[in-house]
Amino acid sequence: MRRGAVIVAIAALALGLLAFVPWIADGYQLSLAIGILNYAVLATAWTLFSGPTRYVSLATVAFFGIGAYTVAVLGEVLAWPVVLLIALGTGSVVALVVGFATLRLSGVYFVIFTFGLAELIRQVVTWFEVNVTRTLGRYVFVDISQEQIYWQLLGLTALVFGAGYAIRRSRLGLALRVIGDDEVVARHLGIGTTAAKVALFTFSAGFMTLCGAIMAPRWTYIDPAIAFNPVVSFQVLIMALLGGAHRLYGPLLGVIPLTLLFEFLLARFPNHFSILIGLAFMAIVYAIPRGITGLVEQASARLRRGAAP
Amino acid sequence: MLEIARVSVAYGQHRAVDDVALRVAKGEIVVVLGANGSGKSSLLKTIARVLPSAPGGSVRLAGREIADLPPHAVVEAGLALVPEGRGIFGELTVRENLMLGAFARRARAGEAANLARVLALFPRLGERLGQAARTMSGGEQQMVAIGRALMSAPDILLLDEPSLGLAPLICGELFRALTRIREGGIGILLVEQNAKRSLAIADRGYLMAQGRLVGEGDAARLRADPAVQRAYLGHFDAA
Repeated sequence: MRRGAVIVAIAALALGLLAFVPWIADGYQLSLAIGILNYAVLATAWTLFSGPTRYVSLATVAFFGIGAYTVAVLGEVLAWPVVLLIALGTGSVVALVVGFATLRLSGVYFVIFTFGLAELIRQVVTWFEVNVTRTLGRYVFVDISQEQIYWQLLGLTALVFGAGYAIRRSRLGLALRVIGDDEVVARHLGIGTTAAKVALFTFSAGFMTLCGAIMAPRWTYIDPAIAFNPVVSFQVLIMALLGGAHRLYGPLLGVIPLTLLFEFLLARFPNHFSILIGLAFMAIVYAIPRGITGLVEQASARLRRGAAP
Repeated sequence: MLEIARVSVAYGQHRAVDDVALRVAKGEIVVVLGANGSGKSSLLKTIARVLPSAPGGSVRLAGREIADLPPHAVVEAGLALVPEGRGIFGELTVRENLMLGAFARRARAGEAANLARVLALFPRLGERLGQAARTMSGGEQQMVAIGRALMSAPDILLLDEPSLGLAPLICGELFRALTRIREGGIGILLVEQNAKRSLAIADRGYLMAQGRLVGEGDAARLRADPAVQRAYLGHFDAA
């Protein structure tokens, strides 16, 4: 109980300090900070579902893109909070439908399906824009500053961590950890595994959709290839794996170094970016399979052993 | 009361369980004896709905048909399975494993009372509530598995070879615990290869071979039956 209170206090203090960043940072630093928060939300939301259940999802960008497109279509027409709510609703409904249809699949079938889903949504949006609205690409004219994007993302980060903390301590969280270990046993413990998985998949997708909606005003121009860029799904996956998907704070430890690395690679080697990302992915899986949190836990266990006798 | 009739399980062409009928009353221990591959595990799994049964079979719990329910709803109806190989979660603590057993809605209100009952049954678990389950001995893990099943406040408890791989001493302790669970009014259906021990605590027994029931009777009568002794109790004729 007391340890929990300390964690909450430290998290609140960190958030409070981070809220001052826009006044200190210059334009470039602020955009870096936005990039980090963006991936922090996406990777943590990804871990909410994929961490305990071990269902690897590549649908991150599907929901992110739905959020961004909601803003592109409705951003000028409706008030901002209403736009966010509609984005959240759309993303959640899609996640519910997809969840019920696919969460009976497991292993590699699920991975491939989620990847296909993101591509499918991209193709549907493209088809719709070309054949119905006859404009591929939209301009996003919403009066929202970079600072406001930053603060919204910071709020969303707080929410996703709060939600993750609450879920881990709940009965549902325990159930989900068990589903990842042995789904058959989980079922005859009386856990409705499908309902539990769909609920969490939807929840996680809701955060991704909101993240996409909040990020949309950063681009003035948006088209399906930008909003549904599959590289985003892979980057989120790499970050979560590097950090460690079995801890709530794990993805954050992967997001910060990798966002900086990707930024550097994009600036220095724009033409070889995909190859280098692939190499980074392989190196991470090979060298640190349990992620940075795994390394930290190993080191602290060694320290404790050293101090004990 | 658990009553099953006309229950069959098929793996492709092979019928692992063929037209089986049996019943377990409240406060009764019933054992199904059979050699490896006789279909007794499949029988338990299909009762718990982990395995689909062939159409036409009936599984009734307190008069209610449960053969079409999903596995988690069967637990809600009052049936708990202690699976073969225990199926406990090694990374979770003993307390977390036990609490998972109380996931069913029927068990949530009485959670604290059920936990107290389980700890009274297996005092050793009480000393180790905070310990990761994988660090415990096989016998203790089996206690966790049984305790977890009891946390769902079942009317009928199914056990799939609980004595498998356990030392005789621990085994005796577990079987004594089963008789105390029976005193609480729970019906127990036990699938075992250890015929001697299970017939010693059981009220009735069924004999299973090649997917079919080939005999049944009071445990005392089965113990005395020369055919049963030859087949299951290790009294071999000198060859």
